[in-house]
Amino acid sequence: MLPTPSTAHVDLNRIYEPSEDSYLLLDTLSSPSETAFLTHRFSQNSTAAPDPAPVVLEVGTGSGVVLAFATANARSIFGRDDILAIGTDVNRFACQATRQTVLGASQGHNDNSALASKSGGNTMLLAILNADLTNPMRLGMVDVLIFNPPYVPSSDVPEATLSNAKSTAGSFEHDSQLLTLSYEGGVDGMEVTNRLLEQLPEVLDCERGVAYILLCQQNRPEEVVKRIHDWGEGWSVEIVVRSGKVAGWEKLCIIRIWRIQEATPF
Amino acid sequence: MKILTVNFLTCAVKACKSSPLSFPLHFQDAELEQSDIEYNAAFLRNILPRVDWEALKITANELGFTTVPIEKPDLTPTSTATDKNPVRLPINTSEPQATDEKTMRDLHTLLLETEVREGKMVCGNCGHEYKIKEGIANFLLPSHLV
Repeated sequence: MLPTPSTAHVDLNRIYEPSEDSYLLLDTLSSPSETAFLTHRFSQNSTAAPDPAPVVLEVGTGSGVVLAFATANARSIFGRDDILAIGTDVNRFACQATRQTVLGASQGHNDNSALASKSGGNTMLLAILNADLTNPMRLGMVDVLIFNPPYVPSSDVPEATLSNAKSTAGSFEHDSQLLTLSYEGGVDGMEVTNRLLEQLPEVLDCERGVAYILLCQQNRPEEVVKRIHDWGEGWSVEIVVRSGKVAGWEKLCIIRIWRIQEATPF
Repeated sequence: MKILTVNFLTCAVKACKSSPLSFPLHFQDAELEQSDIEYNAAFLRNILPRVDWEALKITANELGFTTVPIEKPDLTPTSTATDKNPVRLPINTSEPQATDEKTMRDLHTLLLETEVREGKMVCGNCGHEYKIKEGIANFLLPSHLV
């Protein structure tokens, strides 16, 4: 089992604490089926030709535990060390925490790695951006997108805008609003995820692009899957893991959405 | 925030995405910080195919880096190239190794070792400014631009 990154420095009054959903993402990314899928998709070919390094974007990093895990264990998960990691979060405190989590995890894990030695995470982490979803990303640049959304059904979703971030900065209200942003998903818990799904075709690499999105039962994952099937021939989608076999208040699953090459006629 | 990041960014305003002017974002008042990262030729070789060279030249110029070559280094391997010696120019070029190694090390410094700590990035289309503080760029938009 691959080690879980330390998040001891994370301020839980302002940042979503690594929870069951976060750990389900870690387990899924490092599962035999997903590492096989990702390694096949991204492993370097054996020739000496340059092989473009994959960009891994985590949207809504929170504590940073997922991005740190993916970065520190890139060799096991993607079959290569040279990934380029980017994170976004609407919460500036989460951005700061994520940077620390990613750099800490890579220093801890890579002691034996031939590539990275002491500076692995520092090599691979490009930036943590204080941003809403994938808004600042150039089109078609993301190879792997990971999203643990605010999925809890709620009456409305707080706006993640500059004006909002400024007006109450530093107050208790501000802190609790930041936490709310990390889990309240509006109608069916799907309002934020739906906005992300709209961005996927634009932001994912047109050949290698793949996204992992966590959903809960109230999000009606089967309907989401059906909807993505309607995107057309260039796409595939699958529920790759389900949790909550034991009775619990939330049942979670993770869907994988990926581009497929159009079949060659001959 | 590493300099290489701007290669993957545009203006966050949706209407700007289709404009060629929204890429690259332009640095202003940038305070840079150098970190020390072990040079890894194989890593850099796999990064360069992803870099938009014309945009990188603009960025480098704005930040005062003068060593970016006019053309992207050609990393197509010759028959003698190996994983350990990935960057190799044709054998008949005079002193290719030294020149190439220096170019690659300069790119390593610019793309991976240089961090922007403070400053802003400006969209060439709408003029919106994205502030960078303590190495974190703020791409949240005011309500009227969302």
